[in-house]
Amino acid sequence: MRATNTAPPRVALFVTCLVDLFRPNVGFAAVRLLEAAGCRVEVPEAQTCCGQPPYNSGDRKDAQDMARQTIAACRGYDYVVAPSGSCIGMLRDYPRLFAHEPDLLAEAQDLAARSFELTQFLVDVRGLERIEARYPGSVTYHDACSGLRQLGVRGQPRALLAQVEETRLEEMRDTEVCCGFGGTFCVKYPELSARMADDKIDNICATGADTVLAGDLGCLMHIAGRLRRLDKPVRAYHIAEVLADMAYGPAIGEEG
Amino acid sequence: MDSRAHLFRQQASAALRDVELQQALHKARGGFVDKRAAAVREFGDFEALRERGQQIKQHTLRHLDSYLERFEAEVQGQGGQVHWAEDADSARDIIVDICRRAGARSVIKGKTMAGEEIGLNPALEAEFETVESDLGEYIIQLAKEPPSHIIAPAVHKTRAQITRLFDTHHGGQGQGEIREAPALVAEARRVLREKFLAADVGITGANFLVAETGSAVLVTNEGNGDLSLTLPRVHIVLAGIEKLVPNLDDCATLLRLLSRSATGQELTAYTTFVTGARRPQDPDGPEEYHVVLLDNGRSTMLGNEFHDMLRCIRCGACLNHCPVYSAIGGHAYGWVYPGPMGAVLTPQFVGLDEARDLPNACTLNGRCQSVCPVRIPLPELLRKLRERQFTQRIVDPKTRWGLHLWRYLATRPRLYRRATRLAVRFLNRIHGRGSARRLPLAGAWSASRDFPLPQGDTFQARWRKERKHG
Repeated sequence: MRATNTAPPRVALFVTCLVDLFRPNVGFAAVRLLEAAGCRVEVPEAQTCCGQPPYNSGDRKDAQDMARQTIAACRGYDYVVAPSGSCIGMLRDYPRLFAHEPDLLAEAQDLAARSFELTQFLVDVRGLERIEARYPGSVTYHDACSGLRQLGVRGQPRALLAQVEETRLEEMRDTEVCCGFGGTFCVKYPELSARMADDKIDNICATGADTVLAGDLGCLMHIAGRLRRLDKPVRAYHIAEVLADMAYGPAIGEEG
Repeated sequence: MDSRAHLFRQQASAALRDVELQQALHKARGGFVDKRAAAVREFGDFEALRERGQQIKQHTLRHLDSYLERFEAEVQGQGGQVHWAEDADSARDIIVDICRRAGARSVIKGKTMAGEEIGLNPALEAEFETVESDLGEYIIQLAKEPPSHIIAPAVHKTRAQITRLFDTHHGGQGQGEIREAPALVAEARRVLREKFLAADVGITGANFLVAETGSAVLVTNEGNGDLSLTLPRVHIVLAGIEKLVPNLDDCATLLRLLSRSATGQELTAYTTFVTGARRPQDPDGPEEYHVVLLDNGRSTMLGNEFHDMLRCIRCGACLNHCPVYSAIGGHAYGWVYPGPMGAVLTPQFVGLDEARDLPNACTLNGRCQSVCPVRIPLPELLRKLRERQFTQRIVDPKTRWGLHLWRYLATRPRLYRRATRLAVRFLNRIHGRGSARRLPLAGAWSASRDFPLPQGDTFQARWRKERKHG
């Protein structure tokens, strides 16, 4: 750990473009959790998008430009934390974009080493053991792919969820199978994407849980949008909202 | 085989609506995955085995030239002939020529994906009675279809469809009602037994080629490989040059990986080492033995950024664990190799433009890489293909300009903050809160999903406000 036990670490919240635009509540939930874990939270003003859309579309040059932007915005913080495994996965991939630019490579590697998905940071780095939250009902948790396979996020969200009062976790079948969001994939191949969502939703519904949680807003908007289209009563929240005791308002896609 | 990869979208769409195909895929889905998982648990340190498998293949590919020469010398030393085929045409010519010179009338084939790759069957069928001996391959040969899975070629067929096929082709043997699997297998066995006995030439693929012994290694669960190579007078092995392994120990390591990753077996029912033609003291075996080593673009891959793909041992685990493959099956991919490995390989063979959808029809979820026995970074290779497409302008202008615009905004934070606030306000003004049923300009999303609308003002704006006043 970088920070000493006495001084609180200075943490940059990388809020992600989706949370910034669509669900600020997740950002505030992340701030509350980080502060509960003894961090000094700041929101770098120059942050925008991590560059994943161009990176995954083969547009290396635009991805590099956006990576430079993010690297600059996150300079000087002890840690960079995002409520998204997929955006942190992107930040961790920056070194691949600058293999032939030694100065930027060093900076990219430094940023990659300081970057963490929210639940991973809370549990693995901060050793957060107690959270105070209550969410009555049964939930099921979808393992978003980048967090799970690139970052190894699996036990952390479950360990934190276990502390939420009155919540029961019902594991779904194939929890590690992609929901079909996939960034631009969901609009490039909408039929395939919807079929994958339906497979996911079958598994969600089979648990009987009334709420589905995940750590990535992209997957959640996709799942929630499809749930609503199919008139399924399951609600969707970002896991940070439940952990921060901020899942009282409308769920994703619900009217206020 | 002619490519239909450019029709991916239509084919995928049709596959999603094909009721019988969906039944077959649904039935197959869990089986492979659960069996592999059980075999991996049972094994213990499977990660160490994967690591070793990767190393063996990497080492072999680095020294491929010398291992190929060693293999050739060993085969020749045992009375076999080695043929080098630069491309699909020359491989077909070599094989047809061997059959002609042997005066063949009928040819029996074991399963070979390299054979599919070079379009071997049509070339053989034009001159010889040609029969597939692997049950799955036999079924799709009757159906006049290509394989839809690299180890389970007829996985897309239901029992009802197979019964109908057999009734049509085995004349009168069927009673018309859907038969159980054992009855279908027995029926195929009866028909195939005659074909084995009549065949002049047997053609098989190879799972591995062992340099130090000159052996071709074949794994099957039906024993058809053994019959294809012991009964006919002439045996031809067709294999890609990447199938080389240095020695028997390395081969054993890869066999452990292959069977567990493919079918969840510790070992397949038959593992056959073929080493040369029949020697005087041998009880059986072919009089003539040929190995056709196929390049067909592999040496180009050896030197480019896709060389990791040459490690592939064709186990099919990436297909079985791919949610896209599970949804549409193999035929939608439009060429020989489907699923994640196919999405990387097909563009190498048929071109990036022809196969333009394949690298993109993937969420980069990485499940394939996590089960690959030789740890091929499939998502990374797919991303590299996307980069090539982008550079070669195979990406449509709308996407290109959309990405450029997004970058333009994202690298100008002040403008970005203003634009995002405006977008949020606009969406809320037009559609309110909650979700939108229809969204102009975002039909690709809203055709199948409601669109969750912003909660009102951006996080960044609210945060600044709150911190200023709080």
